[in-house]
Amino acid sequence: MNIQTFVKNFAEQFDDTDIREIKKETKFQELEEWSSLILISIIAMIKTEYGKNVTGPEIRKCNTVKDLFDLVASK
Amino acid sequence: MANLFSLENKDILVTGASSGIGRAIAVLCSQSGATVYITARREDKLDETLSLMAGTSNKKIIADLSKNENIDDLIEQLPKIDGVVHCAGIGSRVLCKSVTREEIDKVMGVNFIVPVMLQTTLLAKKKLNKGSSIVFIASYGANSPAIANSIYSASKGAIISYANCLALEVAPRGIRVNCISPAMVWTDLIVKDGIDAETLKEDEKKYPLGRYGKPEDIAPLAVYLLSDSSSWMTTTNVKITGGGS
Repeated sequence: MNIQTFVKNFAEQFDDTDIREIKKETKFQELEEWSSLILISIIAMIKTEYGKNVTGPEIRKCNTVKDLFDLVASK
Repeated sequence: MANLFSLENKDILVTGASSGIGRAIAVLCSQSGATVYITARREDKLDETLSLMAGTSNKKIIADLSKNENIDDLIEQLPKIDGVVHCAGIGSRVLCKSVTREEIDKVMGVNFIVPVMLQTTLLAKKKLNKGSSIVFIASYGANSPAIANSIYSASKGAIISYANCLALEVAPRGIRVNCISPAMVWTDLIVKDGIDAETLKEDEKKYPLGRYGKPEDIAPLAVYLLSDSSSWMTTTNVKITGGGS
């Protein structure tokens, strides 16, 4: 797994947020556009791109994009 | 005491009887006096269902109904029946922006094409007795939008529309067609597809009756619709929701 690709895949789930605003240290739940809809989108992306299952509560426990990357990598 | 929901002397076919709502319906039909023909793909699961059922004349038929020849085989093994409950179904959770043709084919295949083709064959082979009852397990989701539920909801909406037209065509023979639309029921179907149990348990508290349904909450309604007590009911879509929406 590559962190840059992961950050890019992650950022693609947002429609209105400037992609450059999302980096590995971004606290994504503080983004204005963050919502339960984006959460579902992220779960689907992780399943499609990485073949891993993560749950909503697991994602909500993550602080930064890097935390989420580590979670997915650990599965 | 009157036994309003007796299914004595009735032969009933239940699809998707290996788990969840289908299993609960098969079990209660047998306890209500019917001879029940249960079908699904997984033999071990069907055997479990069979072991829970009352009576000795029930029969399991292993079949993957996505193939027409398997539908033909199933129909050949049936006597003339007095009722069918179409329970086989799969869930789907995908956002509209991520829908794929494969997802549509899969969900519509199991939730719409299979019950329709099975029903077609039952009619063409004259397997339904006069006055029999046809029940489709649809979903409250057909008319109650939820995020990521579009294809599942559409598949259930499709079967409800189909059922209403079917009802008109079979009514001259006294055959009745009704749908059951449950809200969330604790089955593999809702737990499998990406929603974690924790989130579901939070959501279930919002239901006015304080919980999601159990398969055993749905089965008595199916038995009622199969029984002669519902002789004047057809083209109805009964919602059973614990008050949830």
